[in-house]
Amino acid sequence: MFPAAFDYIRAHSAEEALAALAQHGAEARILAGGQSLIPAMRLRLARPAVLVDLGGVKDLGYLHEEGGELRVGAMTRDVTLERNANVRARYSLLTDTGAVVADPVVRCLGTVVGSLCHSDPSGDWGAAALAARAVMVARSASGERLIPIDEFLVDSFQTSLEEGELAVEVRFPTPDGRTHGSYQKIERKVGDYATAAAAVQITLGEDGRVTHAGVALTAAGPRPVRVDAAEKLLLGQLLTEDVIRAASEEARAVSDPFADTRGSVEYKKDMARVLVARGLRASAARLGTGVTA
Amino acid sequence: MTATETTDTALRTVTLKVNGQNIRQEVEPRTLLAYALRDAGLKGTHVGCDTSSCGCCVVLIDGDTPAKSCTMFAVQAEGHEITTVEGLGSPGDLHPLQQAFWDQHGLQCGYCTPGMLMTAKAMLGHNPDPTDQEVREFLSGNLCRCTGYNNIVKAVQQAARVMRDEAQAQALAGMVPTPSTGTAEGGAQ
Ligand SMILES: Cc1cc2nc3c(=O)[nH]c(=O)nc-3n(C[C@H](O)[C@H](O)[C@H](O)COP(=O)(O)OP(=O)(O)OC[C@H]3O[C@@H](n4cnc5c(N)ncnc54)[C@H](O)[C@@H]3O)c2cc1C
Ligand code: FES
Ligand code: FES
Repeated sequence: MFPAAFDYIRAHSAEEALAALAQHGAEARILAGGQSLIPAMRLRLARPAVLVDLGGVKDLGYLHEEGGELRVGAMTRDVTLERNANVRARYSLLTDTGAVVADPVVRCLGTVVGSLCHSDPSGDWGAAALAARAVMVARSASGERLIPIDEFLVDSFQTSLEEGELAVEVRFPTPDGRTHGSYQKIERKVGDYATAAAAVQITLGEDGRVTHAGVALTAAGPRPVRVDAAEKLLLGQLLTEDVIRAASEEARAVSDPFADTRGSVEYKKDMARVLVARGLRASAARLGTGVTA
Repeated sequence: MTATETTDTALRTVTLKVNGQNIRQEVEPRTLLAYALRDAGLKGTHVGCDTSSCGCCVVLIDGDTPAKSCTMFAVQAEGHEITTVEGLGSPGDLHPLQQAFWDQHGLQCGYCTPGMLMTAKAMLGHNPDPTDQEVREFLSGNLCRCTGYNNIVKAVQQAARVMRDEAQAQALAGMVPTPSTGTAEGGAQ
């Protein structure tokens, strides 16, 4: 089906995009990779009057480490992370996630920032960003502000971006040698949204005890769900099978999915538990603790 | 165009560079690239699902990026090089991928084939020697309702071999001294 009619503006810089957003207010929507927006427009679920295309904003397509963070520009495609040797070697959570978002052709156009701005509770980057403690950078005419991902993802298809604001970057803390993670997803077929999925990021101290834990769920509520209780429970602990089991029970408790063709509520809640346990074991194995995934 | 210059939703002229040729077309901003290409007479780009799932409409952007052309507006493609299956080879001069799909029976009805070929071309561009599993993964956004995929994988592997051999032959040819400066060691092939 054809989308409803709209005006099209091609921006060549973040400033041009901001000017267009300022001029058209709530009528305008940003077009990044288009891999969520265009399908939604085709179904007439979205009917923006003006599209501001970032496709020509070349200087937002970057990926580099700076200040202890991996900085991913708004026009950096999923595929760029997937093929980056440094990301593959050190950002295990992001690598796992990037490999299961949609299919490879969609990932050649889709962007990480676009996916986060879309704020689909079934989107994979949301939970990964929560577990990794990512920070969004929003730019407007009055400057830039940093928004922790917890505050950025407000509700289904709703972020804390204000009218006239552009997300220019997402920052992921750089893991040191003692940090690893994992993204575990159950899907009906390649490229499908998650039946259930879990993101885990763990840092261990010298003594093998957890000094930081990030645990979050996809498709388990109106927005990606951070499993605070599991994170608290893990802190200061050795990653034993008992601790892993206890933490993963918290995921089941907090998971609040809806039933659909992918499964019943009970099934999805139980899968949240199973996937967090798998993610913890995989992270522990990657950290060389002797635990096997 | 600057940010303050808006267009209305009426027809506007875009120039698309497709298979090396400029095509000027009147489109609405909402015209999807797949339809613009077909309207230009390039019927090799198929629309299978119109929901971004089947990959029949895949074309290459700037030579190496596969894109589902039902999930891109024609206006977005302006200023980029587009390659459709018509740009891959011709009936008398098939691309190794087209030859391989022929040789290995990598198609039955052929509806998915243009998208398969273009996606495979993109994959071999960054991974010239893929495993069967890598071929299956990269083509996982391309649905085929007929073949069962095994012959498609065989075809892509055949093409990969042929293309690697061609690349090697070209590299060697580049090393062969020209006759005027030739030495006895020339002709490494
Ligand atoms: C067949 C198919 C399967 C899919 N499967 C999955 C899946 O399994 N998991 C998954 O997570 N996703 C999946 N997706 C969705 C898709 O991969 C992502 O949501 C997509 O990559 C979003 O990025 P984009 O750049 O294409 O965003 P767009 O579609 O361009 O934009 C999405 C939204 O974010 C806004 N936006 C984008 N960038 C900015 C910005 N810089 N500032 C402010 N607002 C912005 C847009 O206005 C729009 O509302 C699938 C999509 C398809 C077509
Ligand atoms: S028609 Fe484009 S993906 Fe199916
Ligand atoms: S050959 Fe018929 S759909 Fe693939």
